[in-house]
Amino acid sequence: MLAVVGTVPVPDFPLVTGQVTLNQDLIDILGYQVSVNRGTPALLAAALIVCEVLGQPAPYAYLVGDLGLGEGSRRLYQYLAANLKKAHIHTLVFHYLQPDVDWHNRVLFAVEEMSPRPILIADAGFMYAAKMSGQASCYDLFTPDVGELAFLADEQAPHPFYTRGFILHQEDRVPELIARAYAHDNAARYLLVKGQQDYLATRAGIVATVAHPLEPALEALGGTGDTLTGIVAALASTGMAIDQAAIMAARVNRFAGHYAHPTPATQVAEIIRHIPAGLAQVIGSNL
Amino acid sequence: MRWRGIFKRQLRSRPDESQADLGILVFSHTSEVIRAEKLLKAAGWQIRVMGPPPEIQSGCDLVIEFPLIEELNLVRTLEAAQLSPLQIVPVSSPLMKPVDLFQIKDFGRYLMIRAANMKLTVDKESQLIVNISGGGCPDVPYLAQKMVGKTLATAPRPKEIGHTLCGYALQLAFEEIVRQCSR
Repeated sequence: MLAVVGTVPVPDFPLVTGQVTLNQDLIDILGYQVSVNRGTPALLAAALIVCEVLGQPAPYAYLVGDLGLGEGSRRLYQYLAANLKKAHIHTLVFHYLQPDVDWHNRVLFAVEEMSPRPILIADAGFMYAAKMSGQASCYDLFTPDVGELAFLADEQAPHPFYTRGFILHQEDRVPELIARAYAHDNAARYLLVKGQQDYLATRAGIVATVAHPLEPALEALGGTGDTLTGIVAALASTGMAIDQAAIMAARVNRFAGHYAHPTPATQVAEIIRHIPAGLAQVIGSNL
Repeated sequence: MRWRGIFKRQLRSRPDESQADLGILVFSHTSEVIRAEKLLKAAGWQIRVMGPPPEIQSGCDLVIEFPLIEELNLVRTLEAAQLSPLQIVPVSSPLMKPVDLFQIKDFGRYLMIRAANMKLTVDKESQLIVNISGGGCPDVPYLAQKMVGKTLATAPRPKEIGHTLCGYALQLAFEEIVRQCSR
């Protein structure tokens, strides 16, 4: 089973856990609904569609409302630390959570007690916490953008806001940043770096790059990084090797964007609707 | 006292044509830059938040460009607020020139402004915010939810509802796109 941990930008959204369904452009969990246009709901919608197409069970979600101040995140961390060890999860994704090293470590302890230990994927705020804790190598996959990669690569930065390159993306330095992140044990087993060109890397170096198809309008769209993380997580949860899942996901995400014929005003919900076509294209070309 | 008030309201000049007259303040943390910017602007200095030049290896992603001749006064103001730059350096060569934080992309009907890692796109005719992208900070989904679908006139300001560096960058993009659209 695939499980996703994250937050939604709704102030009174309670802490809920359960399988998700998709109703038009709304993720539904235990009757609570939230738009798929941003963050963790976009990740969940993309993952759900891939699971449906591949005949897999719908993702299980651990969600709470958080506007970026961390109150909801802390309640969710507490819940996970107490309850994760009993859960049976194949692939576990941590997404938009307020970075908190102490709570991160308690959650990781709970994960270490899980049997079997799930594949661990981290992105956004939780990935920052994983790096800040010095435990990055416990993870199987990180999915940073180029700015987040700069933070992983900066062995001295205690927080992304101390990092050179976190908001001033340096696309031309990606190979060097990947190498530095691994040199200081601040990367997961695999890195899928999201950008104009997507990079898959391991400690041994860059394994693959994916740059086509390229839709210039997608640069304006919010949420396409979230859908990429959702697709790779769903593919990995089928038992596919992580490197294969990552390369396939990068291609599926790009083809979904291509088939949506996007303008800069297109919303990510529209891209998500084209994931089945993207998946069919990539699976077809792999046969 | 009245004279003092008049002087305070006048923006102190920034001789922006001659790089030799400019300096940059380097800080370790972006929150210090944001505090310093607020303080110095309130005190009447005409300063600009920029990206660090390639030659400066220390510090965070933002620097403050200021008129070098004002260095002593300016540092005094910062120190009174317990703000200490890591470095104060003159813009003495092209490699020391700070980097503009903005990139503008014209898609025809739509205009996208990128300020550092945050991108904000508007429909030029209706001034409707059609997309916000970039940034993994925890407040980005909330900022996008509150702003997308609203016009530049009615959308909440990122500085009012954001809490992070991504929120700050989005505020810069917002101010720039308002400036571009009011031309």
